Amino acid sequence: MLETKDILETINMIDNEHLDVRTVTMGISLLDCIDSDIDKACDKVYDKICRYAHDLVPTAEGIEKEYGIPIINKRIAVTPIAMIGAACQNKNLIKFAHTLDRAADTLGVNFIGGYSALVQKGFAAGDYALIESIPQALAETNHVCSSVNIGSTKAGINMDAVKMMGPIVLKAAELTKDNNCAGASKLVIFCNAPEDNPFMAGAFHGVGEADCVINVGVSGPGVVRAALSKLDNKADLTAVADMVKKTAFKITRMGQLVAQEASKRLCVPFGIVDLSLAPTPAVGDSVAHILEEMGLEICGCHGTTAALALLNDAVKKGGVMASSHVGGLSGAFIPVSEDAGMIAAAEQGAIDITKLEAMTAVCSVGLDMIVVPGDTPAEVISAIIADEAAIGMVNTKTTAVRLIPAIGRKDDECLDFGGLFGYSPIMPLRKGSPEIFINRGGRIPAPLQALKN
Amino acid sequence: MKAVITVLGKDNVGIMAKVANACAERNLNILEVTQSVLQDLFAMIMLVEFEKDKAPSFEELGRDFDALGEKIGTKIHIMHEDIFNSMHKI
Repeated sequence: MLETKDILETINMIDNEHLDVRTVTMGISLLDCIDSDIDKACDKVYDKICRYAHDLVPTAEGIEKEYGIPIINKRIAVTPIAMIGAACQNKNLIKFAHTLDRAADTLGVNFIGGYSALVQKGFAAGDYALIESIPQALAETNHVCSSVNIGSTKAGINMDAVKMMGPIVLKAAELTKDNNCAGASKLVIFCNAPEDNPFMAGAFHGVGEADCVINVGVSGPGVVRAALSKLDNKADLTAVADMVKKTAFKITRMGQLVAQEASKRLCVPFGIVDLSLAPTPAVGDSVAHILEEMGLEICGCHGTTAALALLNDAVKKGGVMASSHVGGLSGAFIPVSEDAGMIAAAEQGAIDITKLEAMTAVCSVGLDMIVVPGDTPAEVISAIIADEAAIGMVNTKTTAVRLIPAIGRKDDECLDFGGLFGYSPIMPLRKGSPEIFINRGGRIPAPLQALKN
Repeated sequence: MKAVITVLGKDNVGIMAKVANACAERNLNILEVTQSVLQDLFAMIMLVEFEKDKAPSFEELGRDFDALGEKIGTKIHIMHEDIFNSMHKI
C-alpha cells in the first residue's frame, strides 16, 4: 500500500525541488563503421546512429509523461572518433564532426559526445589529427562535444598531450569568441576518463562497452538541500550524512526505474546509472547551496572541502544500493558557471581556483566550467590540466578540466552561455610561469598506486 | 495498469465529484481514495486502474487532467504507480 506522505513527498520533489532525470544517454559503438574511405565511414556512422537512436527522444518523452518525471536531456555518446578516423586515408576528421552534428539534428538530441581521443600513454594513428581538429569542430557544429583523456592511474600522464591541449583550449575559445567562447565549454580534458559516462561534455562510448547501451544520469541537488533544511542546526554530521544517503537512495531508485524502462522500450541493454548531483543555474538546484545548508556561510570558506567530502561519499552510499549497476562519474559536480551558489561565491571572491582544486580531490569531477582570463598563456592552461590530472592519477579517481578562456574580455566582465551552462565571472589565476616544466613534455610515470597486481 | 492521481489545491465544492467523473468518462476504475483538508489546502490521492487499450494514453490523460485542474483551481498529477513504489519501497 502506498503511503499518502510518500506520494506527496515525490510530488513535492518534482514540483518544487527540481527532481529530475538529468540525462538518458544512448551509447553506440561505431567500430563497425570503420572504413579507409572517410566519406563511406561518415555515411556508415550517420546511418548507424540514426538507426539505433531513432526512437530515443520519443521513448524518453513517453516515459516522462507516464511517470511524471522530467527527463531534461536525451543524448548520444559514440566510440572515440580518433579510433574510427585512424583507418581513414584522408585525415580531415572534421567530416566526422559534421556527420555527428547532422545525426543529432535529425534525431532531436541536444548533444552528441565522442569527438574524442584516448592518449593517456601515447598517440596512435588518428589521435593527432583529431586533437588538432577539435577547435574547428566545436566552432562549426552545434551539438558535438569533445574530450581527450591525457592520463590515468595505470598509465601516468602523457605530458606531450597536456602540452598540446593548452593551445587547443585557447583556440577553441578564440574561434568562438563572438559566441561567448562557447567552443571551450564543449571540450573536457580527462584523467581516468570513465567509459560509460552519460554526462556531457565528457561522454563517449568506451571500446569495452556493448554495441549499444542506455546509461542514465540522475540529479537532485535541490532535493538534498530541502531534506537537509529539515534538520535543525544542532543535528550532528552523522545525521547529516544519513539524511543525504536516504535522499540519494530515493533519487537513484527513480533513475533506475527510468533506465530499466528506457532499456526495455528501446530493446537496448541497460548500462549504468550515474549517481551524480548535477546542478543547474536555476534557483534551488545548486550543490554549493547544499554545502551552505550544512552550515557554511558561503561555499569556498574553510570547511568546504570537508563538507563536500561528506556529501560526495553519502551520495554514493545512498545511491549504490538503489541501482543494480552504478558507473560513470557518480559524485557531486562542482561546475562554477552551472551552479547558482558557485556563481554567487565566485562573484563575491569567496571561491578561487586553488580552493576549487582542493575540492576536486574529494568529489567528481574536476575544474569544471571555470572562466579564466582570455590572455592566459597556453602553458598555464596546460599546467592547470597537469595539476588536475595529477590529483586524479594519484587518487585513482576521475578528474577533468573544462576551462573557458574569455578571449577579448576585460577582467571584470563575465561570460554568459545561457541555459544549463549558466554564466560566470572571470576567475583570476596564480602568478608565475610553468613554461619550462610544461615544455619538457614526455610522460609522468604511473604512480605506485598503479602496481596493484 | 495502475496510476496515482493527486489533486492539490484550494478546497472547493465538488472537487472529488469532478475528478471522479473525469475518471469514469475515461474508463479509469477508482480503487482507493484518501482525502484530507488541512486548513484551506485540499489534498486527494486516488489509485486508479485501467486497461491500456480501453483508456486514453498517459499523454492524453495528463493533458486532460491538467485542463481540469486549471478549471477547478487545483493542480492534478497522474503518474504511473511504479514511480512511488520504486522510490519508497525497497
